[in-house]
Amino acid sequence: MAYVPLADRDSEMEMHHPHTWIGRWVFCQDHKVIAIQYGSIAVFTGLVGLILSLLFRMQLGFPETADYIDPSFYYQAVTMHGMIMVVYLLTALFLGGFGNYLIPLMCGARDMVFPFMNMLSVWVFLVSVIILMASFFVSGGPTGGGWTLYPPQTNLAGTPGHDMGIVLMLVSLGVFIVATTMGGLNYVVTVLQYRCRGLTMMRLPLSVWGIFIATILALFAFPALLVAAIMMLFDILLGTSFFMPAIIESGAPLDHNGGSPVLFQHLFWFFGHPEVYIVALPAFGLVSDVLSVHARKNIFGYRMMVWAIIAIGGLSFIVWAHHMYVSGMHPYFGFFFATTTLIIAVPTALKVYNWVLTLWEGDIRLNAPMYFAIGFIFTFIHGGLTGLFLGNVVIDLPLSDTYFVVAHFHMVMGVSPVLVVFAAIYHWYPKMSGRMFHEGMAKLHFWCTFLGTYAIYLPMHYLGFLGVPRRYYALGTTDFLPQSAQDLNTAITIAALFVGASQLLFFINIIWSLRNGPKADPNPWGAASLEWHTPDTPPKHGNWGESLPTVYRWAYDYSVPGAHEDFIPQNTPESEEPTVDEQHFDPDQDESLADV
Amino acid sequence: MSLFKTITAKPWETKGVIGGLEAEGAIDAPNEKVALSVFLVVASVVFSLFTVGYFLRMELPDWQPLSEPAQLWFNTGLLVISSVLFQWARNIVNTDDHKNVKIAFITGGFFAIFFIAGQLLTWSNLQEAGYFMTSNPANAFYYLMTGLHAVHLLGGLWVWSKSSIRLLSGRDSNDVKLSIELCTLYWHFLLVIWLVLFALLSNT
Ligand code: HEM
Ligand SMILES: [Cu+2]
Repeated sequence: MAYVPLADRDSEMEMHHPHTWIGRWVFCQDHKVIAIQYGSIAVFTGLVGLILSLLFRMQLGFPETADYIDPSFYYQAVTMHGMIMVVYLLTALFLGGFGNYLIPLMCGARDMVFPFMNMLSVWVFLVSVIILMASFFVSGGPTGGGWTLYPPQTNLAGTPGHDMGIVLMLVSLGVFIVATTMGGLNYVVTVLQYRCRGLTMMRLPLSVWGIFIATILALFAFPALLVAAIMMLFDILLGTSFFMPAIIESGAPLDHNGGSPVLFQHLFWFFGHPEVYIVALPAFGLVSDVLSVHARKNIFGYRMMVWAIIAIGGLSFIVWAHHMYVSGMHPYFGFFFATTTLIIAVPTALKVYNWVLTLWEGDIRLNAPMYFAIGFIFTFIHGGLTGLFLGNVVIDLPLSDTYFVVAHFHMVMGVSPVLVVFAAIYHWYPKMSGRMFHEGMAKLHFWCTFLGTYAIYLPMHYLGFLGVPRRYYALGTTDFLPQSAQDLNTAITIAALFVGASQLLFFINIIWSLRNGPKADPNPWGAASLEWHTPDTPPKHGNWGESLPTVYRWAYDYSVPGAHEDFIPQNTPESEEPTVDEQHFDPDQDESLADV
Repeated sequence: MSLFKTITAKPWETKGVIGGLEAEGAIDAPNEKVALSVFLVVASVVFSLFTVGYFLRMELPDWQPLSEPAQLWFNTGLLVISSVLFQWARNIVNTDDHKNVKIAFITGGFFAIFFIAGQLLTWSNLQEAGYFMTSNPANAFYYLMTGLHAVHLLGGLWVWSKSSIRLLSGRDSNDVKLSIELCTLYWHFLLVIWLVLFALLSNT
């Protein structure tokens, strides 16, 4: 059946302009408002996660003074911190926040394809956060089984939150998955179907590609978590034995029998590894655009960047068992997963080369977003290299479950994406708010965050080599750990407190600038992609005023000789393309045209 | 537009408008249908993962196969009829035969309800015969997977009931046509899932 659109695209979408405050900010179907709601809920949850981390760092750094933290709370804080940061902060912020804001604007669309479902998505996300937070207030408190929630440990009496906490966690994850699925269907269909005239897939900015592929990963990976959560809930609430083996709890045998904890690990990591790329791919995309704009160069190897995103997305589904080398797997199995793990490093490294080559001979403008983007290249290389260590079975065995792993994933999944989040917020802030932020303060924020996080995570690699195990409430007295390990922990805690406090610079800056910042130019960085060429700043509901834009080129025409401002926006037709002014054009100055 | 051709285009070389006078999506189908198709893939992943879990758990020594009640054949028949009726409604939706569209679509949904009732009946029969969820992992998987399938069907029935009301109120606009088409797709999908589940459960 051939599909005949009901109406011309321009008028197809009925814009419902709300007039009340509630209609405008609460039950709003505008993708930009939904993006800000998603982002704010995620950041709020992330602040809870940050405070939890500072609390358990107090225990590690100052075990004597921090006696208000008992072992149970320590484990609960570590667990909730991990889950909050991975799922409720980063996943929600990249897909729900940046995805919602940027996809329609960069695709030249008026909104998402299904605005109502989009609104539903953010409300369901809020419900999942409320359920998660509720676990702090139930008897027994939140679960303390580690963010990986491994059974049987999570469900046994010795673990805090084994009664209500874990149930709420699993339910909350289930609800979160519903929200992401609703949002995800929207993002995928919008990218496929709502691109404006002339905007082919390969003309999309890499931000959209990153978010698009990450969304597909989310749609396929979260089901594994859902399946694991459902079966675990059955084990806990209905007494089945999917995962629970025969086991003795406080001297008495439990009713469970014969379940397979390793099955849970497979399901969890079949979700868990793609999940790290659900966070990483949008970061890759966003940082590519920030680098290209502020280096005034087209992104190096655009096609390769797209292919790498797709390849990483595909490969990320066949590496999961590198998290399970110590689970007693068959050596050939480990061999297979070590191989795939090292293969995935190839497209990843390719992206890193291309970012560096984008900077090469660029007309770099060291604005605050660029600071963060370049900082990301450092931290990501760093974390990627330690990943290569851990990907090899023999090297991983002694390092697994030590602080080396903690250092690896915080460099690669904690610091790097967060630097991109800041780069992206500073980069798009003028468009979102219509105001400029305070540049000096943003740069100070960068140095505090960048150097501070290095002070936290660099020593952790060393602790890992010493053999300090992760998830230990206290080191106690052991022969293999010198006193200096404890001293290092104290130093790390001080750095963590410093980094935590310095985030105030960010919040003060963006909140203060919302009212008091100087009015922003519609396109302060001179960017070529569509979102900077809306008729209003910030864009109004419907984004494009009277008629949708038409796209004539890709999003990376920078440093074009003779161009009015050195770049050509995506929606500039060829006829208006600047011609090189013979008199002012000096071929020696511009190699790119020397051979024309 | 092949996928390979799409991702090997060199965007920095070609300038100007690519494509016709109107913006067009990558897939020549209504957006709702694209979204539903993606969702069907997601749902298949969920069922496949349960199946993988089933096979892995089956290897362990405490597994005692459940002999599925014969009534499942009857239930399967109900679901097949339901799908056939939906297909019939879908086939004639563009003709003037409004009456039969209504009959086929609405009775189709009712047969799905009968199917769910039949599934509940097998559940209670199994319970009475002492096959409890906790007694064996095979039983647990049986309840879990059939239950999950029924939940998916209930979701479909919710859309079906909304469309039925619109159909009965006489507004057979394009919307209702699309909804009939999508319901049919969804019903066929759930039939296939059910057949696979049924084969899996009864052969192990
Ligand atoms: C260069 C590519 C990478 C390789 C070869 C690699 C390898 C590994 C390996 C083998 C482990 C398991 C260590 C263990 O538990 O013993 C691991 C853990 C981890 N990796 Fe990576 N990784 C890479 C990139 C990434 C990226 C890009 C992210 C996220 C954006 C990431 C996030 C994580 C996380 C979160 C964990 C720890 C999970 C946990 O046990 O709690 N990795 N990595
Ligand atoms: Cu991994």
